[in-house]
Amino acid sequence: MADIDLSSVGKTFAGTPALKDITTRFDDGEFIALLGPSGCGKTTLLRILAGFEAPSSGSLRVGTREMANAQTGANLPPEERNIGFVFQSYALWPHMSVRRNVSYPLEIRRLCKSEIAKHADAALASTGLEKYANRMPSELSGGQRQRVALARCLVSDPCAVLLDEPLANLDVALRATMQGVFTDFHKRTGATMVYVTHDQAEAMAMADRIAVMDQGRIQQFDTPQTLYERPKNRFVAEFVGRGTVVPVQELKKAGDARQARILGTEVAVQSARQEAQVSHVCLRPENISITETGDLRSKVARVTYMGGKYLLETVTDCGARLFAETRARFEVGTQLGLTITTPWAFSED
Amino acid sequence: MMSVTQENGGSRSEARLLSAILIVAICLTLAPVVRLFVEGVTDQGSPSLALMRDVLAQPSTMSALKHSLVTAGFGTLVSLVFGAAFAFLVALTDLRAKAALVFCLMIPMMIPPQITALSWTQIMGPSSVLLKTLGIAPPLGAPQPLYSPQGIIFLLGIQHMSIIFLTLRAGLRSIPQDVVEAARISGAKGLRTWWQVVMPLTLPSLAAGTAITFVTALGNFGIPAMLGIPAGYVTLPTLVYQKLAGMGTTVLAEISVLAMLIGAVAVAGILLQRLCQSRQKLHLVGSTSRPLALPLGAARLPVEILLWAAVFVILVLPMFGLLATSLVPAYGVTLRFDTVTLASWHEVLFRQPVTSRAFANSFGLAAGASAALVMICLPLAWLMERRKTRLARIFDSLLDLPYALPGVVLSIAMILLLIKLPFTEATLYGTIWIIFLAYLARFFAVMFRPVQASLKQFDPAMDEAAQSVGASLYRRLRDVIFPLSAPAAAAGAILVFLTAFNELTVSALLWSSGTETLGVVIFNLDDSGETGMASALAMTIVFVVVVLMALIQLFSRRFPKGVVPWQT
Repeated sequence: MADIDLSSVGKTFAGTPALKDITTRFDDGEFIALLGPSGCGKTTLLRILAGFEAPSSGSLRVGTREMANAQTGANLPPEERNIGFVFQSYALWPHMSVRRNVSYPLEIRRLCKSEIAKHADAALASTGLEKYANRMPSELSGGQRQRVALARCLVSDPCAVLLDEPLANLDVALRATMQGVFTDFHKRTGATMVYVTHDQAEAMAMADRIAVMDQGRIQQFDTPQTLYERPKNRFVAEFVGRGTVVPVQELKKAGDARQARILGTEVAVQSARQEAQVSHVCLRPENISITETGDLRSKVARVTYMGGKYLLETVTDCGARLFAETRARFEVGTQLGLTITTPWAFSED
Repeated sequence: MMSVTQENGGSRSEARLLSAILIVAICLTLAPVVRLFVEGVTDQGSPSLALMRDVLAQPSTMSALKHSLVTAGFGTLVSLVFGAAFAFLVALTDLRAKAALVFCLMIPMMIPPQITALSWTQIMGPSSVLLKTLGIAPPLGAPQPLYSPQGIIFLLGIQHMSIIFLTLRAGLRSIPQDVVEAARISGAKGLRTWWQVVMPLTLPSLAAGTAITFVTALGNFGIPAMLGIPAGYVTLPTLVYQKLAGMGTTVLAEISVLAMLIGAVAVAGILLQRLCQSRQKLHLVGSTSRPLALPLGAARLPVEILLWAAVFVILVLPMFGLLATSLVPAYGVTLRFDTVTLASWHEVLFRQPVTSRAFANSFGLAAGASAALVMICLPLAWLMERRKTRLARIFDSLLDLPYALPGVVLSIAMILLLIKLPFTEATLYGTIWIIFLAYLARFFAVMFRPVQASLKQFDPAMDEAAQSVGASLYRRLRDVIFPLSAPAAAAGAILVFLTAFNELTVSALLWSSGTETLGVVIFNLDDSGETGMASALAMTIVFVVVVLMALIQLFSRRFPKGVVPWQT
């Protein structure tokens, strides 16, 4: 088990930058999610951690060992890093039984037969696969295959486990179960886990901290709650949760309290203490309530039933699209009065 | 982002192994071709085109070039007509027993050309045992109709029709059914859909198939040698053979120019084929889940009868001719119950020392070439897939050359390269090793392409998973890559064995006493008038070919897509 340190890691593919100047630290035992749209560089970052790609600049350190350094050209090959990797396609070897798949890492480490059997049994038991030990991967369901992949990567006691969208090929019900399996596994082993996903619900449900990535950079690296409530910029505000970003028209300060003019109305806003100037606010459904006296006039453009409540997409007179949640049903075209309460403000250039 | 694997981390051992195997492969396949080119444009070490001018000015060169172009050109036309007709019928309609039909139509390509020529001469002409037995032989003294340019054209057409059939069928099968359905819903009917939708979409694959058929027909040695030499009709490959057999290596420089001439025409054909294939890729969009199947309706049974009758004439009839000839005591005797004898079979299979030697040689060469090529191609194909370096990509585009180029060209190139080994006085010319190395070069692509096709479908995560649990390059090759690509390697090995076992063109130019191959022995037996023994040996070889092909067919379901050449 060890910390992972990245210092100004960059990667270019044939002249196109995929990662730009990533400096961050994943603490020992943390469950980290790398979240972002496709092409944001999250998989590249994971493959650099694993050693499948070498960084074009910067260096990578796991614990006290330097894994890669673009300046010296050093890049420890994946087989010498002792890092576990769970693939989106599971990557089970189809010609080996479940037991052989799981015990293969130990065969490579030249353990004696009884040791191999002992560790493999333990790994199989911890993923609930004892019954399937003698089956071939083709005889397993998707969820079972994913468990084998997990068992295979834990059997050799890696210093970190990297997971590349491991649930992307599973159906919705199975995803929820497997999320439980991953969380339990993390609690029990205390392994550092880095989990790549484009599904924010998955990241929110499992991760201690989430690194939101876009265009090769980490846009914000925080706990799920902070990401949702206190986004640092427009991208994070719009990518995480449902929200509309609107510009601040005028800002008044009175001590710690801040008053801003948004969409023509005056509201109190919250912002980070060090943020001297804010330019935008993020309006989430929680910030918007429907009131008789609401001075922000808008019209219902779309109604989506969410089970127990309705999501309203409304258009204000000045053309902004705002989301609100209600228990009552409104027809499309209804005129509403909206009130905005303490939205989160940030500065964006 | 997963597809970009160049300059990836991986391990240095991979890069080193790739370079090492790549160098071996390049020396094997491309060095001979380069050596030949150097020979053609130099005169005693200095650049000169004088020799080339002299050889090209000889009337025999020009007449052989003309004959080559005529026979290959019209032969391709014959292949085109037959192959395209079969392909359209088999690929587009609801015929029954398609698999059997496809298998039978593949056999002509796998039977060596000298056996094709031999078998057809046995069912035509005044001395045909079969015709005599049936009492319909032309009178003695009448000419053998196949000993003519027309005969060569016809048999080249039959021999290579499978190539057109295969490429066109593959092209047709990649046309999604919805394209035709869209045409029909827009109101296009019957032949109009075929002419305006199906034809334009298949044109590139048809053109590519035609080009490669022309190149193959141009390089064919067995048919023009068996039919053209008796008629005094000389093509470029037979001219090279006659010069080398008659005057030996003293005229090697002159022969090289001839080989380069064939090579140049062939390269033009290959470039044309590449061009057509790259155009074809543009058309391959959309799902191909359901291939076309147009109902034939009431015409189905007559069409089926017609097709199987054609298969009978092309395939079975010549075999009857061979069988009849091999069963009579002397050439020209009629086959009756009292004249049937297995003497030829016994003589050629068990008595003649040259045939048993040839069996041993051909078997050893074919098995050795298969084994050596598996050892080279498996790691190479995998490493080239993993690390797409510039050198690897260039090699990938050129490695078909020794197979696509006419065998005569490769043989001459091999002689030039190995007649005097660098830094020594030793020579490999006249030994079995020159044939072995030539086979490695020639059949490299036959082995490499199926393995490559299977590795392209191989999930790179399989290897990365092994890497992440600590397996070294050697362990990954042994435990993951080899087992998973073994079926493709086996199919490739059987194909190499099949082609090498029957090979004539290369060994005809490289053999010497003691290193005869089966192809050479059949050719020589026929040449010296031992037609009965030649027929018996030919039948044996056809039997081995069909058994090996059936073996591949039997296991074809286990092979990844694209491994078995006739199952696209």
